[in-house]
Amino acid sequence: MRAAPPACRGAGVAATELLRRAATGLKALLHGLLGGAVASGAASAATLPEDKAEALYHSYDGGGVKANGPALLVRKSLFDKVSLSAQYYVDAVSNASIDVVTTASPFKETRKAYEFGIDTVVRDTTLSGSVSRSSEPDYVADAASLDVAHEIYGGMTTFSLGFTRSADDVGKKGIPGFIDKANHWQYRTGITQILTSRWLLSINGEAVSDSGYLGSPYRAARVFGAAVPERNPRTRTSRAIKLRTIYDTSTLVPRSSLRAEYRRYWDTWDIKAGTTEIGGSKYVGESFLVDAMVRLYSQDKALFYSDNAQSETTYISRNRQLSTFKSTSFGGKVTYTYPRLPAGYDVKLIGSYERKSFKFSDFTDLRTGNKFSYNADVLQLMVSATF
Amino acid sequence: MRAALPILAAALLATGCAVPEPWVKPYEREKLADPIMQFQRTALNEKHREHIHQVREGARGATGVQGGGCGCN
Repeated sequence: MRAAPPACRGAGVAATELLRRAATGLKALLHGLLGGAVASGAASAATLPEDKAEALYHSYDGGGVKANGPALLVRKSLFDKVSLSAQYYVDAVSNASIDVVTTASPFKETRKAYEFGIDTVVRDTTLSGSVSRSSEPDYVADAASLDVAHEIYGGMTTFSLGFTRSADDVGKKGIPGFIDKANHWQYRTGITQILTSRWLLSINGEAVSDSGYLGSPYRAARVFGAAVPERNPRTRTSRAIKLRTIYDTSTLVPRSSLRAEYRRYWDTWDIKAGTTEIGGSKYVGESFLVDAMVRLYSQDKALFYSDNAQSETTYISRNRQLSTFKSTSFGGKVTYTYPRLPAGYDVKLIGSYERKSFKFSDFTDLRTGNKFSYNADVLQLMVSATF
Repeated sequence: MRAALPILAAALLATGCAVPEPWVKPYEREKLADPIMQFQRTALNEKHREHIHQVREGARGATGVQGGGCGCN
């Protein structure tokens, strides 16, 4: 083998040096992106959720609808490998809403929901799976979810992906069995970023696709003033993006934080909506934590929504959930942490109240002829224990 | 111009260009671990609120709450 000429040797050394630097740069890039997991092992592994039990009494009262009941959640880890959870949720609904009183009879029914979940951690990744069933006398919904959250960049960034598949059976009182089906596919992703030692930022996105029966067999639309059964499209696809941030404001007000979030929503039914929420938290004394929040929501109507259609169309709905409206909420929450418990134990009593106000732009109260509006009160009382 | 891009990319790599090191160290995250810095503190409360909104508003999704399935008409 002949030796390379000096010029080539120089070029070879330069090329080797370039490759070495490129490899170093690539390694540094991967190190930065994967939080050191590639080169030097995980710097900060994800942890399993805490063992806990929560018991909630919830109540919603507004617009002729009362819905209340208990909800329970228990979470327990096994061998520090997996965390199992079970949830039970009851909604006892007494419905005399404007839809019901103007086109049908008030009714009472109970919805019960069960959910079982499992979480496990593999180095910097948390894997979560769950199955759930929600059943009413005329509606049964089954769902299965899978979520993955992965910490990268030295634990400063958490990237998440999730998927839910649900299948519903739709029934109608007076008709045995079910009359139709609905299927749903939800795909979500998110990034939570630590910006400073006092500041977090999070971006979430979710796409939902539905097919099947996407309305209510009881709801009526109005065409030329006459009540007709609503006719909804059998497919719908939506997108939503939410930006959230939370900042520790302890330098301005001791032991406090402020948060803000905005969600933009749009779908193939031509609904566009914006949700803004601003809240603050502050410790009071050793045992109390007080939260306050305001939420503003507004949306444009679906393409086929009409208060009283003046032409025959393929699709027609007078579902006020699809109308043009604004909703404003003010709320507060007080959390009392039980003092003097042994280390590792924590018991909290939580009470929250929210006042919601809905104002509809193109939904007429047929009893008065005015634009419809109503207020609602939401109450939550909860005991939460971690152990 | 197109030919210059690989050269530029190689030059960036050659200079050891990389994303910055994580600038908030684990021992500097004490404030972030406080409950007042959590977007959602209790799962059941959030689930109830989400359900209330989901059955009354046209918008849905991107709530940051895991799982799904409204189970409502």
